[in-house]
Amino acid sequence: MHVRAALIAALAVAGVSGCSVEAVKPWQKGTLARSEMNIEGAKPETRFDEHIYTSREAAAGGASVGGGGCGCN
Amino acid sequence: MKAIVWRQIAAAWFACLSGIASALDAGNQAPSFDIAGRGGDVKLADYRGKLVYVDFWASWCGPCKRSFPWMNQLQARFGQQGLQVVAVNLDAKRQDADQFLSTTPAEFVVGFNPNATVALAYGVKGMPSSVLVGPDGRVLFVHAGFLDSDKARLEEEISRNLPK
Repeated sequence: MHVRAALIAALAVAGVSGCSVEAVKPWQKGTLARSEMNIEGAKPETRFDEHIYTSREAAAGGASVGGGGCGCN
Repeated sequence: MKAIVWRQIAAAWFACLSGIASALDAGNQAPSFDIAGRGGDVKLADYRGKLVYVDFWASWCGPCKRSFPWMNQLQARFGQQGLQVVAVNLDAKRQDADQFLSTTPAEFVVGFNPNATVALAYGVKGMPSSVLVGPDGRVLFVHAGFLDSDKARLEEEISRNLPK
């Protein structure tokens, strides 16, 4: 019973490691920063919405991988 | 399997992730580099004795586009007093960088590092990142990101450390 739980835990940890051994570096996100890679797609509405947020909140960027300015991309 | 055990496993893995990128600390010797530039090689060693503002940028990074006019102003204002802005480009394709530079001019030294060896050596954690290197080659401070609210603090750090 405990051996089975331990085995499942070990496999879970090993499985997650596939995502974390080689983390994506900040400078490797060029393709991801393209407008087609937006979660909502490259629709015209997305650009209009971004413009509205930018002008109403006086805050630029943050909508895509390349924008923001916080250094956390 | 209880949910709490899964959460503990996930927490342990996220904790491991945070240690992967090694950032430079103030006081360390800045790693040297020798990369291609717009007219000859760009070597950090050439700027020993100057206050070097090393900026890591890429064509797809929005804040980088906003930081270039400010860096032009920095170079113009403090260049006579020993500041040299060195912008290291991390685009995989040189033409993306050239396209960016044709619309956003850079009146300072630009180097091209497509295989990002310099970024790796400097432990860049976000785009853009900047490192202020003193005249003795030591790191004075590291800054990630670029917001309008950062400008005042960065200018103050630079003017405080100018060699002349």
